[in-house]
Amino acid sequence: MKEYQTITEISGPLVYAEVDEAIGYDEIVEIETAQGDTLRGQVLESSEGLVAIQVFEGTSGIDQNASVRFLGETMKMPVTEDLLGRVLDGSGRPIDGGPEIVPEERQDIVGAAINPYSREYPEEFIETGVSAIDGMNTLVRGQKLPIFSSSGQPHSELAMQIARQASVPEEEEDGEDGSEFAVIFGAMGITQEEANEFMQDFERTGALERSVVFMNLADDPAVERTVTPRMVLTTAEYLAFEKDYHVLVILTDMTNYCEALREIGAAREEVPGRRGYPGYMYTDLAQLYERAGRIEGREGSVTQIPILTMPGDDDTHPIPDLTGYITEGQIYVDPDLNSQGLQPPINVLPSLSRLMDDGIGEGLTREDHADAKDQMFAAYAEGEDLRDLVNIVGREALSELDNKYLDFADAFESEFVDQGFDQNRTIEETLEIGWDLLSMLPKDALNRVDEEFIEEYYREDDSEREIVEAAD
Amino acid sequence: MSKAESTETTDNGVIQSVSGPVVSARDLNARMNDVVYVGDEGLMGEVIEIEGNITTIQVYEETSGVGPGEPVENTGEPLSVDLGPGMLDAIYDGVQRPLDVLEGKMDSPYLDRGVDAPGIDLDEKWEFEPTVEEGDEVARGDVVGVVEETVTIDHKVMVPPDAVEEDETAEVVAIEAGSFDVTETVAELSNGVEVTMRQEWPVREARPTVEKQTPRQPLVSGQRILDGLFPIAKGGTAAIPGPFGSGKTVTQHQLAKYADADIIVYVGCGERGNEMTEVIEDFPELEDPANGNPLMARTSLIANTSNMPVAARESCIYTGITIAEYYRDMGYDVALMADSTSRWAEAMREISSRLEEMPGEEGYPAYLAARLAQFYERAGYFENINGTEGSVSAIGAVSPPGGDFSEPVTQNTLRIVKTFWALDADLAERRHFPSINWNESYSLYKDQLDPWFQEEVAEDWPDKRQWAVDVLDEETELQEIVQLVGKDALPEDQQLTLEVARYLREAYLQQNAFHPVDTYCPPEKTYLMLTTIETFNDEAFAALEAGVPIEEIIDVESAPKINRIGVQEDYEEYIEDLKAEITKELRSLY
Repeated sequence: MKEYQTITEISGPLVYAEVDEAIGYDEIVEIETAQGDTLRGQVLESSEGLVAIQVFEGTSGIDQNASVRFLGETMKMPVTEDLLGRVLDGSGRPIDGGPEIVPEERQDIVGAAINPYSREYPEEFIETGVSAIDGMNTLVRGQKLPIFSSSGQPHSELAMQIARQASVPEEEEDGEDGSEFAVIFGAMGITQEEANEFMQDFERTGALERSVVFMNLADDPAVERTVTPRMVLTTAEYLAFEKDYHVLVILTDMTNYCEALREIGAAREEVPGRRGYPGYMYTDLAQLYERAGRIEGREGSVTQIPILTMPGDDDTHPIPDLTGYITEGQIYVDPDLNSQGLQPPINVLPSLSRLMDDGIGEGLTREDHADAKDQMFAAYAEGEDLRDLVNIVGREALSELDNKYLDFADAFESEFVDQGFDQNRTIEETLEIGWDLLSMLPKDALNRVDEEFIEEYYREDDSEREIVEAAD
Repeated sequence: MSKAESTETTDNGVIQSVSGPVVSARDLNARMNDVVYVGDEGLMGEVIEIEGNITTIQVYEETSGVGPGEPVENTGEPLSVDLGPGMLDAIYDGVQRPLDVLEGKMDSPYLDRGVDAPGIDLDEKWEFEPTVEEGDEVARGDVVGVVEETVTIDHKVMVPPDAVEEDETAEVVAIEAGSFDVTETVAELSNGVEVTMRQEWPVREARPTVEKQTPRQPLVSGQRILDGLFPIAKGGTAAIPGPFGSGKTVTQHQLAKYADADIIVYVGCGERGNEMTEVIEDFPELEDPANGNPLMARTSLIANTSNMPVAARESCIYTGITIAEYYRDMGYDVALMADSTSRWAEAMREISSRLEEMPGEEGYPAYLAARLAQFYERAGYFENINGTEGSVSAIGAVSPPGGDFSEPVTQNTLRIVKTFWALDADLAERRHFPSINWNESYSLYKDQLDPWFQEEVAEDWPDKRQWAVDVLDEETELQEIVQLVGKDALPEDQQLTLEVARYLREAYLQQNAFHPVDTYCPPEKTYLMLTTIETFNDEAFAALEAGVPIEEIIDVESAPKINRIGVQEDYEEYIEDLKAEITKELRSLY
């Protein structure tokens, strides 16, 4: 391995160095500064005689006398089952004071694309215990379902609730205790306080021993954020497809990741795309999100819940926009509902789970699930619309049916959505509450539900509405 | 792609620099668009720029670890596809590598680099049945025989377009029935050409035809809002723009499943892996509504998911349309679905920006409009060079950022296509599917397709459609007033119009893609459903005229049954009874 002291230019997170051998694209570089610090970086562009290096820890302290070493390999993640229970930094080095990690394998962090032919279509229902998700936007194993939130919203609480409660009901019945379930938590640029909340929650619930935590905090180098999710997903793939774990990956906050991409793009003087983000951001994000899934013949699965805070709560911003085009749906956390005190403040109307239809129904959840869900969506949307009108003309001016829709929308929020971050509901409970609510409407209005199900589940009189009463 | 086996290597070069999917090489003697193999691993790439001694290459695979000094090998041929039996029931990546074969070759569920496989199986034997005899004269494009490619489709073996000069013929000197693989000669011509079942064709070049004709037959899709209000012709072009979550992919899938084309080419361009897997798992189990055979027997899939290399995404659209043209040459009606053309445009943008080209609008290259036009122009209803008629219909999904239709890809597409199905996030949010906005969508084929619908379905098809459109238009206007004053403040006749429009929206325009019966609605049913709503309309207005209060009319018990027509398998009887019931009930009110 040669050492060079040939740095010609330092600009933002980038260092340019002259070389006299062939350096591979994406290769890992170590830079030793005059003070004796070792910084790590990656080759961004390799030409004859000159390479551009992005330095993960930032370039401060580097001068033209710093020495550059090329390690001759691309970035690898040391993986082993012993990672469970460990806390690592954003580049995969332990920061919990525990023993050195003895890797079983070292895997390239730029995962290869899964052959669509080898994938297995995800259709196993994951019970998150959150009605707004289970009932209306069901999550399945191998799905990537982001949480679209904005600053100051309780998206972390929601993510923790899902991580804590997520289970697959069928398997529990079979006597498997869900022990092969693992959570990998990738923090990118979140504050120390947020990180502490996650850690405390992990420790309080004992979840840490089945978790791997990667921490890149707000004051850690931004460029490191571009490798953190790849470290996370490489670990996830290893645990899922080689060690048969069902892995739930939580990535927070993707917005910080994209900011880091933009920073590197700007430093390289690339032609910017929308709002200054690089033109390849779609491809880059896809390479992360598409690493969720199931593979035929393998036991495990990778399910992703990326969290992103939409700047200005605007979902047409490039980050949520590109994410929405890649992921299989999205869960909206709504500031209005939050200020009304709903926990979790999920707005089900714009939320969507694309893989829902194949994951619900007879044998999976319950036979009436799809119809009941459709009807609740339609009724809630109707009620939402009417709210605007009520502000103008008042309730008295509306028909009896319209008033029922308004009541439905109110009850839907207070009974169905607002369950608290600590309540864990089974799908059965969720659907029962749903029917309690639907029974507020006249039978004729339930045009999306099969007659058979109306017959079976519709509450003819109030005395049957037990659950709501009990919940009150 | 099978270039490695079939061509000799010409002048080689050396890599000079690597930046993501763009590699530049020194001393490479290549023409524009030549296919090259890059680096020690032999990654496939294509020449996209030549400047002095430096050749710029877009690489179809991940370039991590590739460095300067590694060799570049030129095949001397443009990016081509293998055409021949075996393309149906197959699933390819963006450069026609069969994904099932790759899985076996790589022995891994991941797509490794530098692995190549021919687009069609070179060893499989097909039963060749000649359709000409020795001594017959054949021209270019003429069919010399058939093989049964799948249960649904007879694959016609044609004289390649470049084998015989235009306006000339050649004599068949030898031809024989029997079992051949695609590389063996099945016919010999007097000019020395040996015809095999396999042809190669450069993807960026349209296959020759005699002339483009005006399309006059609809591509019947079994989707009420499409067939009924905004039909597309066989050989037509359509765009489906919509924000994420509005149902582009489901609409494309429905078309792929139920459109009455002979052949479907489905291009998943930069879309989700799980979605492609759904297609791969579902299609073999679904039945072709026309003949009950498996749907895959008429389908060729190209799956270039969003995480596959960006350069292959740029080429997958061309791979798809070239395959489509080949089946068109046999005289088939082919429908090509591209989901999504925005990803294709973005791939162009990404590569253009790596080349540091001067960007046009929103960073897209200045040639975006030209490329889109070229693609859609390859669709059409054609007279083929062998005298048969065939069509390629192109249906492109567009994914505008933020759902804003004023962006360049949507706008440039709209300038070319003649059918526009605008998806609407509001409708999707209230789970009105398909969420096609009836106010914004249009079809310019309506008039030229009306004669077909009049002939095949009902003489008054255009009138009924116009009636529905009028009611929906009126509803849109009335809704604005309702927003201000509430429904009850409207005069009774307008309230009734709203009620009729509601049935149109809920029963007619909505269609449940996941219901086994409702998912496919034949044109007859589409028509009868509309007449049922019209019956309700006529009878209800008559009742209103006779002084029946609007509340009583709206509350009639039979009317909500209109919403259940969609799920009825024996719809004719149901509709007949329902019409009678509605008429009887409404007349009993006065």
